[in-house]
Amino acid sequence: MVQSERRLKRGRQGEFVSKHVVARVEDIGPGERRVVTVRNRPIVIFNLDGEFFGLLNRCPHQAASLSQGIQAGFAIAEVPGTERCIRRGEFIRCPWHGWEYDIRTGQSWCDPESILVRRFKVERVPGSELVKGPFVAETVEVSTDEEYIYVEA
Amino acid sequence: MSVRETILQTVEGSPGREFIIDSDIHPEPYSPQSFRERLPARWREHCETYGDPQRGPYAALTGYPRYIPRTSRRDAWPSNGGLPGSDLELMREQHLDRHGVALGVLEPLGQGSWTRNLELMGAVCSALNEWQLEDFVAHEPRLKASIVVPMEDAPAAVAEIRKHADNRDFVQVQMNSLSEEPFGRRKYWPIYEEAVSHGLPVGIHVGGSTGARTGGGWPSYYNEEHYSLVNSTQAHLTSLVLEGVFEHFPALKVILIEGGIAWTPALSTRLDRLWSRLGSEVPHCRKPPSEYVKANVFFSTQPMEEPENPEDLLQIFADIGWNNILYASDYPHWDYDDPEYAFKAPLSVEQKRKIMFDNALSVYRLD
Ligand code: FES
Repeated sequence: MVQSERRLKRGRQGEFVSKHVVARVEDIGPGERRVVTVRNRPIVIFNLDGEFFGLLNRCPHQAASLSQGIQAGFAIAEVPGTERCIRRGEFIRCPWHGWEYDIRTGQSWCDPESILVRRFKVERVPGSELVKGPFVAETVEVSTDEEYIYVEA
Repeated sequence: MSVRETILQTVEGSPGREFIIDSDIHPEPYSPQSFRERLPARWREHCETYGDPQRGPYAALTGYPRYIPRTSRRDAWPSNGGLPGSDLELMREQHLDRHGVALGVLEPLGQGSWTRNLELMGAVCSALNEWQLEDFVAHEPRLKASIVVPMEDAPAAVAEIRKHADNRDFVQVQMNSLSEEPFGRRKYWPIYEEAVSHGLPVGIHVGGSTGARTGGGWPSYYNEEHYSLVNSTQAHLTSLVLEGVFEHFPALKVILIEGGIAWTPALSTRLDRLWSRLGSEVPHCRKPPSEYVKANVFFSTQPMEEPENPEDLLQIFADIGWNNILYASDYPHWDYDDPEYAFKAPLSVEQKRKIMFDNALSVYRLD
């Protein structure tokens, strides 16, 4: 039913990518995350209020596993004494030196233009769609009545 | 076989594999309570009655709360419920085996000279020294211990050094930077004299809970405190040189640990300039200050400087002296430097070898 042979297409940087079914939607609840390995790359998948995002599980600074960090927002202040929290849970903070990355974009908070984590496209797909392919489901058992998450990598 | 020979044999036994020496690994007990069990009953009871008077980031209370528990990498908490740095298996997996650590120098932190009670300071230092051997070195020969001394009580510190001086599992004497007086002052000289007589270098690790944070008062934030530790290192370096410690103990080797390194050439240059004009105030200081720094002082790398242009690092290293720099990881703390990724500058094979291995081999007592 699921096509296991890789049908490769070109990704953002012109490299070949394929769609990999990595989990059922209900395996990663809102606020949760999970590390999957796709084509030898560790990718951490986040669920932000039902939307899924994927980042390479490797900090660009000194290569710590981002999945071991905490998800946080930011305390900001326009002037002293006006602190408030924004975007709670939408950043992953590296477990070592604490650099923060926007889970939606992979961009670092400290230097968004030049320091970023590689992002992977993550989408939901109903099991019934999987038959239409092309998808790779090496590790997940799929059936037509559930919803799945796939990563393009 | 000497420690040095054992290390070299390991290296020769695995051609093609890279090995490193790490000058800063922090061992921790399973829990604060488990360490307290090791104290004599008199001090256990004291701590139970009065509370643990040792204050700092690794104790329950600190004036500068960390943004990260136990100041540690979030992935360094062992699954057995112990503190980061307490579990040898995890330390091997995350650091020793992974990076080919041929020698790792233990630097217990957070206890010992972190109280103003001198008797307790002595008792805790003694317990720390036994504990390093029993819980770490005995099970992992790549790790070597530091003789932690009650640094504000020189006679007790000397006695502690003497007690362990013949044991080759100790490779240095350890003090911490937040002290009562600058380290060049005479009250500390007996410690240096004893260390030198056994060929032991003296490592000064940043931290402590009793000393003043800065010369400009007590700051508000961890951001400030983290940086202020550099101030204490600078004060000690200046004091050691200008009080004539290295003139008096030319064989003394001092390792400044975790106090940063990029500032040292600027400080040396400035001291040289002052000395060239005002040397008559410190006639016992017979050479330009920078010469003592080059000859007697070593700097551990972590937390590694990260200049905007990574190549600037090469100039900084050259100014400090390629022979005076020792790699340090700071495992398991959050500001850990991964030996593969911490140095963003392109080091030559020879430069890398000095920093990662050769320099340490000649600084520590490994005979
Ligand atoms: S390794 Fe992630 S911030 Fe340094």
